[in-house]
Parts: sequence; structure tokens; C-alpha cells
Amino acid sequence: MTQATMAQRGARTDATPDYLDDVVKKFVIAATFWGVIGFLAGDYIAWQLAFPVLNLDLEWTSFGRLRPVHTSAVIFAFGGNILFATSIFVVQRTCRATFFGGSTSGNILFWGFQLFIVMAALSYVLGFVSGKEYAEPEWWLDLYLTVLWVIYLVSFMGTLYKRSEPHIYVANWFYLAFIVTIAMLHLGNNLAIPVIFLGGDSFMKSYGLYAGVQDAMTQWWYGHNAVGFFLTAGFLAIMYYFVPKRANRPVYSYRLSIVHFWALIFLYIWAGPHHLHYTALPDWAQTLGATFSVMLWMPSWGGMINGLMTLSGAWDKLRTDPVMRFLVSSVAFYGMSTFEGPLMSIRPVNSLSHYTDWTIGHVHSGALGWVAFVSFGALYYLVPVLWRRKSLYSMRLVSMHFWIATVGIVVYITAMWISGIMQGLMWRAYDSMGFLQYSFIETVEAMHPYYVIRAIGGLLFLAGSLIMVYNFWRTIRGDVRNEVPYESAATAGARG
Amino acid sequence: MTLEGIAETLRSLWGLWLMVLFLGIVFWAFRPKNKDKLESYGDIPLRDDDNEER
Repeated sequence: MTQATMAQRGARTDATPDYLDDVVKKFVIAATFWGVIGFLAGDYIAWQLAFPVLNLDLEWTSFGRLRPVHTSAVIFAFGGNILFATSIFVVQRTCRATFFGGSTSGNILFWGFQLFIVMAALSYVLGFVSGKEYAEPEWWLDLYLTVLWVIYLVSFMGTLYKRSEPHIYVANWFYLAFIVTIAMLHLGNNLAIPVIFLGGDSFMKSYGLYAGVQDAMTQWWYGHNAVGFFLTAGFLAIMYYFVPKRANRPVYSYRLSIVHFWALIFLYIWAGPHHLHYTALPDWAQTLGATFSVMLWMPSWGGMINGLMTLSGAWDKLRTDPVMRFLVSSVAFYGMSTFEGPLMSIRPVNSLSHYTDWTIGHVHSGALGWVAFVSFGALYYLVPVLWRRKSLYSMRLVSMHFWIATVGIVVYITAMWISGIMQGLMWRAYDSMGFLQYSFIETVEAMHPYYVIRAIGGLLFLAGSLIMVYNFWRTIRGDVRNEVPYESAATAGARG
Repeated sequence: MTLEGIAETLRSLWGLWLMVLFLGIVFWAFRPKNKDKLESYGDIPLRDDDNEER
């Protein structure tokens, strides 16, 4: 069954510019592809932790090399392509201007970024990394990415500059903060000296400019703000466009969104030291980091309220629109994980949680629940719009994806909470003689069942994403599944 | 007190100045006079492209 596609462009109002959507389509496909690869890599290494034989006794498939492949694939390949897709889509529409640089800069960004992803993944597997978490690419790849990022910044700001809408919509503020801050973090953290310039024999290898605690602090200034400006600011931009758009009502409070933005900007940049509690970092810096982390409750709950309350008066959409369910749940997960984060940054709590699986659980409640869910919501919105289809192939499959993925996340994070707190308690347990009660291997044995449960949770999440891929494939082909609709004709009509 | 001394003192209070700046933004955002203008910006994404609705 093939549906009629949407009206041709000629039928549009004259005021609508000819937006650059071909590149957005490519970014959407790439994001979906890398998402599945990233989830697959993550679940595979989860099984490796439960069953080490899966390392296959090969250096290229060992946990240590595949783990950055997973983190970079989900954060930079999946998340990055989502941010490119949505930012190019949103900035054009909210500025009512075409993309600066047109399809030339769009295609340079697309193919350039895909090449970066492939080269980074290959270099990790072959063992060429800078050793910095979430900043693993070596110096030559860092320079290459810098060039791409400047093109991105110029194209984005150029689009803002030629806007015909007088006001710059708040989503674009968040996108711009993400682009500018990532540039700053990338350059600051990756300053390194390639050995080839100092008589070394390897073109690939470099050593960081910083040493000791300065190196650690720079790394976590980068690492935490990568979370704050890549995975938070960028995806909040998605929330501020796609939640109002999908709900067909303006954001709950535009004024709150302004305060949300500036609170995030003023506070986030200082929170990095909470990754270095009880280390050589001076105590005042640790306390500063924890204090700013706790203050981050302010923007995080302000933002959550703003996203959720946009649905105020239209809560029935949660029942009738599974795409809305993804978007709203993502905001709820955003509130939950950013409540947990500041809690974990408080030093006594951190003394229990740090270095344990609790941290992994926390990261995934944010990454799967917030980042991935808001991305799925945006993708489910974008695919029918970009390919000019009346609707998705199946809303029932969206709902199935939602529930399978949600169960997967809940299984994942509860397993990690239990495993992490148990691990932390076992590490600090003393016997009556004052000796440590457990050896390290005993904690590993105790965690085994939770590792298996976690890997099952991840498998569910991966399965959900495959349902999404099938749904997209059929939608793009122009099919509509014969199924019971969520909305009756009456409510659909009332929605206009 | 020299001018440099004053500058030094003011600079050491950077946390305070940032706080004042932030509170100024909050005041500006929630000032009743600005309410209608700022809230009207929330419509920008909804006005964008009618043919795109599902």
C-alpha cells in the first residue's frame, strides 16, 4: 500500500524559503546507522565484561579498544549526526533562511564528518589513541576535526546572520553554545606535541602538553563540559524545537527558557573537578566543582519543568502519540539523571560511588533515557517530514520501540545501581582485625549476575532501535501499515 | 589606593560580578514589561512551515 506523498514545493506559500533538506536527510540516515552500530558495540562489550572469552584473545577486539569505539560511536557518531541533522533543520526554519554555504558546506560537513568517524574508529581498533577519555583521536585527527568544526560554526552563524526572523529562537542559542564551547574544549584539551616533530619515528603518536594533576583537571574540564555542552546543550536545543513542534503548542515559558540557558552557561563550565574527588587536585577545587554541580539542579529542573509543562493541557497526546511519549520521557530522564549527578558529585556520596558501576548506570540513564530518547523523538518527527510522507509507516511499532527500549533502560540502570553500590560497599568493608574484607576478585565475582542483566537490558535497547530502522525503511518507501490508529477521526480533526 | 590596586580588588570578586550579571538577566527576563514580547517568541517554531505537518 503506497500513500500519496505530500504536496509539491510549488504549492507552498511564497514566503517559505527553499530549505536545504537533502543534507539533513543524509545526516538522519547516518545517525540511525551509527546509532545501531554504537548500541551494538556497547552491548558487545557489556557481554565481554560478563564473559571475557568474548575478547577473542585478539588485541583489536579487546575491551580496551572496543570501549572507545562504543563511546565515540554513540556520543559523536550517533549524537553528532543527530545534532548536525537537527541543527541544520531547525536553524533554517526558525530563522526562515536557507543554510549558509548551501549544499556545498552541507556536503563538506556530512562527508567530512563521516570520514572522521571512520578514521577515528579504525585508529582506536588499531591502537592509536591519545589516552584521553572521550577525546581519544590522535593529533592529526584533532586538527582535521577542527577544520570541519570551523566550517560548521561559520555556516551556522552565517545562517543566523541572514535570518529574516528578527528574534533568534532559543533552540539556536543552545546550538550555538554547543558549537562554540565544543570548539573551545576540543582545542584546550587536545593540545599535544606530535613525536615526529621531535625526532620520533611515529607520525601517529603525540603526547599531551599538560602533566600530572593539570592534565587530569584539563581532561575533566573537557570531559564534563562535553557532557554539558554536547550531550546537554545540544540536545536541549532539540527539546526546545521538537517538543513544542510535536505538541503543536509554544514552549511553556519562553522567559524560563532564557533563564535556563544562561544558568546552564554560567554554571556548567565549573563542574568538572567533581570527577577528581580525593585525588591530588586541591581540596578547594574539588569543593568548587561539587558546589557548582549542586547549583546545576537549578537549570536542570527549570529545563525539565519547561519541557514537561509544554504538554500542560495536552497530556492526552502521551496516550495518542508514541513519538510524544519518547520526547516527554526523555525530558523526565533528563530531570532524573541531572538530579542524580549533583548528588553523586557531593564528596561523601562520591567516595562510595566513584570508580563503581553506579557511575556507569548514571551515565546511561542520561545517555539512553535523555539523549537517545530525545533523538528518537526528533528522528520519528523528521523522517516523514523530510521524505514528505503523510505519516510514519506504523505508530504501533513506535510504541513497541518505546516500551522495549524503556524496559531495557530500567533493567540496565537498576542492575548498575545494585552492582555499583554493592561494589562500593565491598571495597570499603573491613573485618574485625582492620583488614579489607574482600579481595578485588570477590567483588568481580559478585558483580557477574548484574553484568549479565545489564547486557540483557542493552540487548533490549538495541532491539528497539532495529524496530525503528525497519519503521524508517518502510516509511521512506512510502508504505503505511494497516493497523488500528491511536486517534479517532474526531480527535484527529480537532487537532487540526 | 592606586588604580591597579582597585582593579585587582574588583577582579578578585569575579564570582560576584558574574552573579550580578546573571541576576540582571533573570530580572530582565521576568520583568512584567517584557512578558508579552518574550512570550511571543515561543510561537516562532509553530509559524514555520504549514505544509510540513504530518
